[in-house]
Amino acid sequence: MRAFQYLMPFALVGLMALPSHADTGDAELGEKVFQQCKGCHQVGASAKNRIGPHLNGLFGRKAAGLEGFKYSKSFQRAGAGGLEWHADTLDVFLENPRAMTSGTRMSYRGLKDAQDRAHLIVYLRQFSDNPANIPEADPTAQAVDHDLDPAILALVGDPEYGEYLSGECTTCHQAAGGDDGIPSITLWPEDQFVVAMHAYKNKQRNHPVMQMIAGRLGDEEIAALAAYFKDLEN
Amino acid sequence: MTFNRRMFLGTSAVMAASLAAPMVRAQGKPRVIVIGGGAGGATAARYIAKDSKGEVDVTLIEPTRTYYTCFFSNLYLGDVKDIDDLGHSYGGLAAGGVNVVHDWAVGVDRDAKTVTLASGGSLAYDKLILSPGIDFVDGAVEGWDLTSQNAMPHAYKGGSQTELLKAQLKAMPEGGTFAMVAPPNPYRCPPGPYERVSMVAHYLKANNPTAKIIVADPKPKFSKMALFQEGWNNHYAGMIDWIGEDFGGGEVSVDPGAMTVTIDGEVTKVDVCNVIPAMKAGHIAEIAGVTDGNWAPVNAADMSSKADPDIHVLGDASQQGDMPKSGFSANSQAKVCANAVRGALTGSKVFPAKFSNTCWSLIDTNDGVKVGATYEATDEKIAKVDGFISQTGETADVRKATYEESEGWYAGITADMFGASV
Ligand SMILES: Cc1cc2nc3c(=O)[nH]c(=O)nc-3n(C[C@H](O)[C@H](O)[C@H](O)COP(=O)(O)OP(=O)(O)OC[C@H]3O[C@@H](n4cnc5c(N)ncnc54)[C@H](O)[C@@H]3O)c2cc1C
Repeated sequence: MRAFQYLMPFALVGLMALPSHADTGDAELGEKVFQQCKGCHQVGASAKNRIGPHLNGLFGRKAAGLEGFKYSKSFQRAGAGGLEWHADTLDVFLENPRAMTSGTRMSYRGLKDAQDRAHLIVYLRQFSDNPANIPEADPTAQAVDHDLDPAILALVGDPEYGEYLSGECTTCHQAAGGDDGIPSITLWPEDQFVVAMHAYKNKQRNHPVMQMIAGRLGDEEIAALAAYFKDLEN
Repeated sequence: MTFNRRMFLGTSAVMAASLAAPMVRAQGKPRVIVIGGGAGGATAARYIAKDSKGEVDVTLIEPTRTYYTCFFSNLYLGDVKDIDDLGHSYGGLAAGGVNVVHDWAVGVDRDAKTVTLASGGSLAYDKLILSPGIDFVDGAVEGWDLTSQNAMPHAYKGGSQTELLKAQLKAMPEGGTFAMVAPPNPYRCPPGPYERVSMVAHYLKANNPTAKIIVADPKPKFSKMALFQEGWNNHYAGMIDWIGEDFGGGEVSVDPGAMTVTIDGEVTKVDVCNVIPAMKAGHIAEIAGVTDGNWAPVNAADMSSKADPDIHVLGDASQQGDMPKSGFSANSQAKVCANAVRGALTGSKVFPAKFSNTCWSLIDTNDGVKVGATYEATDEKIAKVDGFISQTGETADVRKATYEESEGWYAGITADMFGASV
């Protein structure tokens, strides 16, 4: 059952992206990468929640799934929407935390190097249940490249077109901001908007309505929306 | 470029108007009249006024001073929302530049391009947008007509009818019977009657747990049926008796004097009877001569009437293809229409039509479900592109998140319709 759950995104994303980089990591190198995380997160025998939640038992844990830790709304929503931590989801998250959960309080810009992420994931994997060497357990590796084509990020959107397209957003997302049940997207930095919308489109980010809406937006349209919302004034 | 085109259009419109009617136009601005300030009309008026930045005169004709949404009205029946949560004033639209006239439109002269008001005045338009919602088909339920709507409310238009049904629900005797006569397709808000059954059951479970609900339905199946039936079994086991077409649910008559419902020959005495008759486009659409049968056929690309290119019909009243009749749909169609109308009148850019809809329903506290789809304009109709629906057996967390999302949607769509409150 677990195998089925994490294979699904592989199958979906795999069609769209070619595996491009090494898909195995090294726990020792991962421990070094983890130095960057230590300011906020602990892992291992005596780990406790600090600024960030402890990372023991992370694999298979639901996002915002740790009792006693106060998560951001964004994380709680992602968890309620079915986001679970496995190698594939961690990889997407670590690359750009805000692509997956826009309002996360984790003030970390992301680990751009895929190999470093692979090392880190293998390292963290050791602190979760399930022996890593049996097939049903969470794999430590993933073979999908989630990088968004820089050409897509570089597109300059037409805000007038974005204004028209935004009608499809403002039925739910209030133009004036506001954050009850549905997050605000007004004044969202352009690149984060684009990355998040493509993450929905590629089904890396979980939400049926957003996957549907983003699914039929072209690259130009996403750029136009991002250009419009980034300086929407009320 | 835009300037030239605007000039040209402006002059020709003035010429046309001066030939057709001896009317002097204030500053020569193109005029849009919107009839009906609901999900479709309020949105269209607001967007044209907002986006044209004063270049277009927008007048909204709407009789009520407070619009009570039908959406979330079932939650009011279930004690989840208050009636005041559902009311919205037109102040935000007026502040946004829309001329709001509280009156009924009673006539449309398509040759002179004027609309007559109940108070006797008449207003000229270059483009007319109709979003009058629904009226009921005469004689649709044997024994019921509009004079019986106090004894047997439909509560399918917002406000007083909803409050009346709630009062009757509260006054039900212990162990009493609540009956619903469900409508045939097509009708506004396909999951609406079944969300209502859920919310009535929710109310009764807390306040009158031995009461019963019977539903006479002329349809063999309904929207989100598996989800509702799962929910009814989980939360309200034994309380709800749904009688579909296969069991005579379509063979219904009512007697509002005796408070009886006859289903397939069997007479039942009931305490509350919610009759939701078959529907048609709001009557003004028929008066304007843009209906064909019960509804007003439109072109998918811009929601213009098939009978008159200067009239657009939005929302429930329109016959457009695959979109369900919902507030979300009406709002989505209004934005496509606003873009096209503004383009025609001012030469602003017209972008291709894009439509979407999502309908959330609440089954019990924090047990929300949803169904949605995206649509595109084809030559023939608004055609469905892609869709999704909540699954049976979802976790309580997912259902709660879905409900919270619906609250966000409600805040979003009402702000989108009426603008920021003032
Ligand atoms: C119980 C219930 C639950 C619902 N739940 C949902 C939901 O959860 N989500 C959703 O998306 N939709 C829902 N709907 C459907 C939604 O309410 C309608 O589809 C939507 O309101 C349609 O918009 P409209 O503009 O066509 O009509 P309306 O919103 O009904 O607006 C029509 C307006 O026109 C005015 N009018 C009529 N005739 C004239 C005239 N001659 N002159 C001037 N003004 C006139 C009326 O006063 C009215 O204000 C629900 C409906 C019901 C009944």
